[in-house]
Amino acid sequence: MMLLSIVTLPLVGALLTPLVSRRSTAILPALIAGTIGITVVSMLLSQAMGVLGGSILIEHYPWLPGIGLSPAFRLDALGLFFALIIAGMGLLITLYAHFYFAGKHGAVRFHSLMLAFMGAMLGIVTSENLLFMLVFWEMTSLVSFVLIGFHQDERPARRGARMTLVITGGGGLALLAGVLLIGNSAGSFRLSDILAPEAALTSDPLYPWMLGLVLIGAMTKSAQFPFHLWLPNAMTAPTPVSAYLHSATMVKAGIFLLARLNPALGDTEAWLYSISTAGMATLLTGAFIAMFKHDTKELLAYSTVSHLGLITLLVGLSTRMAMVAALFHLLNHALFKAPLFMMAGAVQKATGTRDMRRINGLWRTLPALTVISAVAAASMAGLPLLAGYLSKKMFFIESMNASVMPPLQWLTPALAAIAGLFSAAYSFRIFHNVFFNGQPQDLPVWPPKNPGVGIQVPAAVLALAVVLVSWHAESVVHGLIGPVASAAAGSALPDYDMHQLHHIGTAFFMSLAAMLGGLLLYMAREPLFRLYDQLPPADAREIFEWLMTRAGGNAERLVHALENGSVQRYIALIILSTIALAGPVLLSGIQWHGGEALTPVDPLTGMGLVLLMATAVGVVLGHHQRLFALLLLGSAGLFVTLTFARFSAPDLALTQLSVEVMAVIIMMLALSFLPQATPRESSGFRKGRDLGIAALGGLGVGLVSFAIMTRPHSTIADFFLSQSKPGGGGSNVVNVILVDFRGFDTLGEITVLGIAAVAVFALTRNLQLKDRIPQERDQYWASNPHPLILRTMARPILPIALMVSAYIFLRGHNMPGGGFIAGLITAVALSLQYMAGSLAWAHERMLTPFRPLIGLGLLLACGTGLGSLVFGEAFLSSWFGHYKLPLLGHLELATALLFDLGVFTTVVGATLLILANLGKLMTVHGPGKEIG
Amino acid sequence: MEALYAIAVGVLTACGIYLVLRGRTFPVIMGLTLLSHGVNLFLFASGRLALAAPAVIGESADPTDPLPQALVLTAIVISFAMTAFVVVLALRAAVELRNDHVDGVDPEEDWRP
Repeated sequence: MMLLSIVTLPLVGALLTPLVSRRSTAILPALIAGTIGITVVSMLLSQAMGVLGGSILIEHYPWLPGIGLSPAFRLDALGLFFALIIAGMGLLITLYAHFYFAGKHGAVRFHSLMLAFMGAMLGIVTSENLLFMLVFWEMTSLVSFVLIGFHQDERPARRGARMTLVITGGGGLALLAGVLLIGNSAGSFRLSDILAPEAALTSDPLYPWMLGLVLIGAMTKSAQFPFHLWLPNAMTAPTPVSAYLHSATMVKAGIFLLARLNPALGDTEAWLYSISTAGMATLLTGAFIAMFKHDTKELLAYSTVSHLGLITLLVGLSTRMAMVAALFHLLNHALFKAPLFMMAGAVQKATGTRDMRRINGLWRTLPALTVISAVAAASMAGLPLLAGYLSKKMFFIESMNASVMPPLQWLTPALAAIAGLFSAAYSFRIFHNVFFNGQPQDLPVWPPKNPGVGIQVPAAVLALAVVLVSWHAESVVHGLIGPVASAAAGSALPDYDMHQLHHIGTAFFMSLAAMLGGLLLYMAREPLFRLYDQLPPADAREIFEWLMTRAGGNAERLVHALENGSVQRYIALIILSTIALAGPVLLSGIQWHGGEALTPVDPLTGMGLVLLMATAVGVVLGHHQRLFALLLLGSAGLFVTLTFARFSAPDLALTQLSVEVMAVIIMMLALSFLPQATPRESSGFRKGRDLGIAALGGLGVGLVSFAIMTRPHSTIADFFLSQSKPGGGGSNVVNVILVDFRGFDTLGEITVLGIAAVAVFALTRNLQLKDRIPQERDQYWASNPHPLILRTMARPILPIALMVSAYIFLRGHNMPGGGFIAGLITAVALSLQYMAGSLAWAHERMLTPFRPLIGLGLLLACGTGLGSLVFGEAFLSSWFGHYKLPLLGHLELATALLFDLGVFTTVVGATLLILANLGKLMTVHGPGKEIG
Repeated sequence: MEALYAIAVGVLTACGIYLVLRGRTFPVIMGLTLLSHGVNLFLFASGRLALAAPAVIGESADPTDPLPQALVLTAIVISFAMTAFVVVLALRAAVELRNDHVDGVDPEEDWRP
């Protein structure tokens, strides 16, 4: 339960917050978010000892085990590490956001979305089932879309949000494909199985695909080159969002994924080269561009891109201790980057701008923030004594240990040092430019106002954490990072040798060079900015927007090409694609004749089938004369009935017969309002094309049918045949299947029938047909609507028909018959009264309206089903018993009979509702009065 | 017998498809009915063709497969419901749009209700 509640608590809170707090100024939303944050953190901490000791908590909730879809949660050291960062940082951001939004519009929405995001992130890092991890993964993409577009009325915010969604959402799709491949190969979606050595994914022939697709997912999420574009553009989000999503959580999800799947997919050359190349490219691009950004948040965004590249590179290097360095730097990055974002937000509040060319010398106004930022920026720059220095030095050491090809050995450390140089430079810049560097220049808010203590507290806490981690680096690395890296590596790693960090060796000189070089670079910034401005402007955002517009335009053209408004064309396309899908299978050389001997054709059956074909062809040939074609169609139905009867399906024959009668009556009613002839308007080409499609379709279906019939018959029928009597209490197996074994299907089916009838009722309700009936109809239709003979005969037929219906109904469980057939017979008998008399005449004599009848039947059927629940049986289980009654003798009663009565009632109600409402259209009184 | 039956299923399907591809609603409805017949017979045949062997306990020594029959019975009723609905839909469309073309636009404008 614990892991489940860790994930669901924030999600529930997200739903709760907007419900309980309507006013944005209230403290309530922050209070809810804060309480949830504290609860989650303490729950995680309560497990920390055991999990860091190497135990793995797994919770499993069976849901759809058949397709491997069961929510399962897993807490190992790696998950715990990320979960603590997510929840702890969430807590601080909540505090920050409370002051950031103080009294402003949107706080409720923000806290609610924030909680949703936190829940989704916690879900990613604690999922045991990869499919569920994907769901949470997509959830973070969606929530971040809303968060980045928080100021919906601003165009850049909307564009940034859309870009994020396109890139991370697209990556999510790639990841989905990759996960499916992995699950397919490992035979399970559970991490325990996938991470096990037996899964042997790296030797799967599809391994490159798995790696590539997973990599795209991770790289888009963690803003790796060339997908890094979305991160700078996401800076339109409110600062708390950037501080949370874009420094500590969402952008780390991709790295988490790589670390998580490292035991399954890692340790190959493909892994090493693809991931480290991507990481290196990202590291350099981000570090270079960051230096030249004048907007504080944009600088931080590019710096984040670069640090993410660094961590990714370390994950990819696959040296023994690279994972330790990666995770340690990940922790440090979260600790120093979030307070810098918070600083950017506070400074924006104080000065009204984020432009570093205008913000200068704020140390007088914001002394506390100056100290906080000094610590954070120094850690980012990698200045000695701070945690950032240690993890960066680890990085330099690992870059030299990397097992890349000999001629390139020097390349990785060299590039690493260059990136370190730029990173030091932009760290100096953001600190020095904001807090020193002379006086502020034409600030929108003058004089800069102090944004208050509250908003600085979370940043102070994080700065303190940086100092603590720096002082106790050894115990943090050994006690926390070590176990986490072991969990990520899939095997226990030895303790990291901290002494090498204090050696004065190559790595030390690399650090020194980066620091001094960075300082020089910063001092030479003015000419460099001028140089950078002269570079050809390559605005990636414009390229992206252009691509989006192109994609949209192409999609539109494709839609217009396919969807030209012609229904005929759609149907032709649907049928053609079905043929295209099924055709190759049929032509792939399978045996059309399955091997079973054919049964001989007896003349009678053969003639029936030939006549069936003849009537069908007749309908096609005569379809321009509609009444004639309809009569032929009725005969086709009759031959189908005979076919069923001939091949041992009496129930089907009875049903088909009664349905055919009703269907022809309904179509005839409709025909009396429609043109009597179909115009000959199809061109020769159109006819030929349709004939071709029809021939192909018919040929295919016929061949499949033949192939099925001539194959050995293996069926589950034996179960039904043997259980029909002992289990269902009836000897007519078809009926027992309908009302008992598969009663749920039947319930659904009568529901559909009821809905169709009500829809007919609704469609005919205000239909004004009377004046629009074409005059020509008189020459086709009888002038006397109610002939005397029909009227006289219809009345005595009614009781006889009802008696037959009752008989068919009662015997249905044991002999051919049942609720459907009885219902249809009753409906036919009653509709005869409508035709023979008149609508008004018959309707006056109806005891009940039809719609309640449908409802009653459905209630009866459902009630029977629910009744079995009372007796502790499954829904719709039937019960039966044998009785000896005086006069009637032996009688068998089954609850299935009640169910069948429900079917009967619905069928009668639905059929008559359809018929009476169509008939109503013909009456002189018109559709004024409602029927049914 | 199987071959003839399969041909019948194929012919019904082909006729159904041809009519479904027509431009006026009424032939399309007739085509749907033929197509339903074809599909029902196709499904039914998956239980194989047996003479005089209804799936009633005690009626025959070797009863035929009852499962496809139960499925087809459901299919028959559903296709009846569908036919009724489509018929009324066609009627309503003909009245509202003043023509009975499936696209709702009469290429010839020759019929006004």
